[in-house]
Amino acid sequence: MSELPGELLYTEEHEWLRQEEDGSVTIGITDHAQAALGDLVYVELPEVGAELDAGDEMAVVESVKAASDVYAPVGGTVLEVNSDLADDPEKINSDPYGDGWIVRMQPNDLDESNTMDPDAYQELLDSLED
Amino acid sequence: MPFIPHTDDDVKAMLETIGVDSIEQLFDEIPKELRIDELKGVPEALSEMEITRLMRARSRQDGVPLCFIGAGAYEHHIPTAVWDIATRGEFYSAYTPYQAEASQGTLQVIYEYQSMITALTGLDTSNASLYDGASALAEASLMAVRSNRTAKSSRILLAAGVNPTYEKVAAAISGSQGLHFERLPLDKKSGTTNLAALQGDRQQAVALVVQQPSFFGTLEPMDKLTDWAHANGALLIAVVNPTSLAILKAPGAWGKNGADIACGEGQPLGVPLSSGGPYFGFMACKQVLVRQMPGRIVGRTSDVDGKPGFTLTLQAREQHIRRTKATSNICTNQGLMVTGATIYMSLLGHQGIARVARSSQAATARLAGLLSQIDGVSLLFDGAHFHEIVIGLDRPVAPVLDALAAQGILGGFDLSTHYPELGNALLVCATETKTDADLEAYQAALGNILAKGKTRCSG
Repeated sequence: MSELPGELLYTEEHEWLRQEEDGSVTIGITDHAQAALGDLVYVELPEVGAELDAGDEMAVVESVKAASDVYAPVGGTVLEVNSDLADDPEKINSDPYGDGWIVRMQPNDLDESNTMDPDAYQELLDSLED
Repeated sequence: MPFIPHTDDDVKAMLETIGVDSIEQLFDEIPKELRIDELKGVPEALSEMEITRLMRARSRQDGVPLCFIGAGAYEHHIPTAVWDIATRGEFYSAYTPYQAEASQGTLQVIYEYQSMITALTGLDTSNASLYDGASALAEASLMAVRSNRTAKSSRILLAAGVNPTYEKVAAAISGSQGLHFERLPLDKKSGTTNLAALQGDRQQAVALVVQQPSFFGTLEPMDKLTDWAHANGALLIAVVNPTSLAILKAPGAWGKNGADIACGEGQPLGVPLSSGGPYFGFMACKQVLVRQMPGRIVGRTSDVDGKPGFTLTLQAREQHIRRTKATSNICTNQGLMVTGATIYMSLLGHQGIARVARSSQAATARLAGLLSQIDGVSLLFDGAHFHEIVIGLDRPVAPVLDALAAQGILGGFDLSTHYPELGNALLVCATETKTDADLEAYQAALGNILAKGKTRCSG
């Protein structure tokens, strides 16, 4: 398994968050999540401007064998969605932490989010492999 | 594929594996008040001999009447080959195949069916069918709400000519999900949707449903209605008669951008009337909406050796994968009816279906001419018709239908219950199965009945 990017925060639902300089956060799913889902064929994105509470369904990622909800790791307003995913959902497979980002949000209160640092997430992944 | 039920030992082993005491426990999450202990009104089981005797007696009651009722189900000639082939052992199952490795033939039939439905509707994608025309409209309405999230509305407009039974079924199926249906007024002169009423409608609607031909057999101005829907942020749902599509403009070509979803009753395509069922519903849509389409879809693919093959596709929308978040709880199709319809369409071809449509339209036009000669009969709507017309009688419809039935003629569908504003109105249909002698027999019988009534009144 490749090394986890150190500048990101992670959730138990295998999502990642990146804090941007303007105060927004970018959200995607982790390499572990994309590998478990397999080749993605479709991503259902929220509407720009949608207001979400932490834990709300934010997006749906669909592979040839499964469809999974992506939950908002933090409450806030959707600023931007990665519309490239409509034609190229496999970007999530090939570059989950980069071109495969899903949503950019203006968070209400990032401290309230249920996230962990890379070490804690690595520990969670290790425990799953046992 | 044999169907092998689980033995008691199998059931016990499975329950033990998942740590549950009884099958009953698996349903614990369903609230008590929603559960039904017994089905009231269902009689005791009968033996094979008893049920055969009962069914023979019932089928004798049907007789062989001369049928002029349409109203959603249509008597067409069905080539003998259709059900001869469909009832072969290889096809004879209502079951939808899950296992591509064991059911290539059935899957290919459904794939061909889907291709034919897309050809008829002029749309991109078809599913493997639904239960019937009415439930297909309910599913199309739910699909429109899922697809048109920007409308933030659950208001669905229905043209006046949408089958009233479809409205009832759609409201019953989707009402608990918050959808509400509103009827548009009928233009009583033409028997089509009153366009002026539409212009005044300013409240956001998620979809406009129009039936073409309408329940009255009239032809709606589909280009205008489709463009109105799109200009007002609504999807256009077409309820169509598949036979008519061989001669009318396909929903995909309506207006500037075409209908978004087309659905309807598939029965006219080779399925016998059978006292009301089983029939099948069809549904097609634009490519962009396919992930919101309910039901099964068969796709063409290639196997590991590069040979073409068929398989269920886009299954992540469906209940067995998406559970409660599935697009619909439809998880099957009307496999056997669709097999019959596919064979029917294959045997007739596009030209054959067009001939059926034209002959039916011509028979109805001849019937309209004959009936309008009778004193006490008027034709209600001007303008173009497909294979149904509405006639007005000079007296209540029901007793007249009874008198016709006594002479072995099913005279039509009494509209006065659903459309009291139309007065003593009767919906009449003649398909290609009606000869000139049949039409004249109907004219003579109706003429006699109405003449007799008059004598008694004046005498």
